[in-house]
Amino acid sequence: MPLALLKYALGLGERRRHFPAPQPLKKRYDVLVIGAGGHGLACAYHLAKDHAITKVAVLDKGYLGGGNTARNTTIVRANYLTEEGTAFYKESLKLFENLSSELDINTMYSKRGHLTLAHTDAALRTARWRAGVNKHLGVRSEVVGRAELRKLCPQLNLSCEVRFPVLGALYHAPGAIARHDAVAWGYARAAYRRGVDILQNTEVTGVVVEKGRVVGVKTSRGTIAADKVLQAVAGHSSLLANKLGFRLPIRTVPLQACVSQPYQPFLDPIVVSGSLHVYISQSARGEFVMGGATDPCELYNTRSTLEFKEQLMMHILELFPQLAGANLLRQWAGLADMTPDFSPVMGKTPIRNYYIDAGWGTWGFKATPVCGKRMAECIATDTTPALLKPFALSRFENFALVGEKGAASVGH
Amino acid sequence: MKLMPCPVHGERNIAEFVCKGPVLSMPSATHGSPQLWARYLFLAENKAGIIDEWWLHTASGMWFVARRDTTCDEILQTWSIEAYRKERRKKQKTTAQR
Repeated sequence: MPLALLKYALGLGERRRHFPAPQPLKKRYDVLVIGAGGHGLACAYHLAKDHAITKVAVLDKGYLGGGNTARNTTIVRANYLTEEGTAFYKESLKLFENLSSELDINTMYSKRGHLTLAHTDAALRTARWRAGVNKHLGVRSEVVGRAELRKLCPQLNLSCEVRFPVLGALYHAPGAIARHDAVAWGYARAAYRRGVDILQNTEVTGVVVEKGRVVGVKTSRGTIAADKVLQAVAGHSSLLANKLGFRLPIRTVPLQACVSQPYQPFLDPIVVSGSLHVYISQSARGEFVMGGATDPCELYNTRSTLEFKEQLMMHILELFPQLAGANLLRQWAGLADMTPDFSPVMGKTPIRNYYIDAGWGTWGFKATPVCGKRMAECIATDTTPALLKPFALSRFENFALVGEKGAASVGH
Repeated sequence: MKLMPCPVHGERNIAEFVCKGPVLSMPSATHGSPQLWARYLFLAENKAGIIDEWWLHTASGMWFVARRDTTCDEILQTWSIEAYRKERRKKQKTTAQR
């Protein structure tokens, strides 16, 4: 037994805090980040590390990493369909690969390979299209047939005696899973070590704007002045933006997911079917992490429904009949900010020095590192980096949508 | 099983219905500016609270309006299109009189 553990058990060792104790509010900061999820914390970290801006505070109405960061299904991949999307997520994948050493925390990043199953000729055609775009941009993706699929995932039911037989798949070798909590905690700790304040249980009740320019925020613990403010409050983006008088291209719908009890290692790759609205992977703990389609209408509620489970399990059992006896352990929902073109909204807003990071629908976790890095650049230099330009809020008024059909949980 | 009080068919399984988004007034096809159209098409209010929505009963192809609370998913009231129009006109009249 490690000595530290023994000391701790006997009550002799010092209790090391992962995070700072609650701090008193300061009067002003250079940058305030609203929302202590992965994105907000990553941005604060990169502001301090890359741009030497350390008078930064991250505010959250709850606890850090307690929102959608804790509710996603932890898949990391870059096999998107549009050039804009693929380039963006490619950089994220690269950052994710080195994240454990960069943040000095085990993110349990595990490269598994990612299979997007095709059950129709149309889906196979889209897979070829995605593979083409990916290869062109240097992302490893290829279309595989049934024979290769049998080798890559022997557990998969390739029988033709099912409602939707599998014809082939898009195989994305770098597809991975990571521990979402560790990503948020790692960024929080690394940011804190560089001087960033993390203010949990501090709800933002309003934003102070003077002459079209943001000057501070009102919180449940008093008003704080700031030169620049970033909004990164997935699931509540529209509500905050509406308070400021501008609208976002977002409909908020719940996305439900669940995990089974832990089982012995059984499934190596991540398996996704767009047509069946299913994705499944096995975590390092042995739990099957499963998710399906978003709920059918707008809702600000994280309740779980029987309809979701019925539909999801019907399809999962068609792909993996071996799981018929598996027990569900937990189920939950997150609020997904769906945009009309299945792409995020990042960069400047109609209010000066007020930046936005929103519209992360079902594709937010995998973008955490790149979004933090590039949003920090955007805030520090007040210019939109090339990688973020296609995702500006103004694209909707200019009718220049991105049209990302490689997103998860959406029918295409 | 969640039930939808359909104005024509009565209470039915909600799986028979599709939500078609909030009731919005469409900009004029000839006079509406691009900004108005962008707002109508993309920039949603996305309100947390009570909204009126279009719903479709897929089995019969019938459209109607339902009032729903987007914080708890409770369906508060439903109308046939005619009844909803009548109600709106009445409301507009009373607000105009004020």
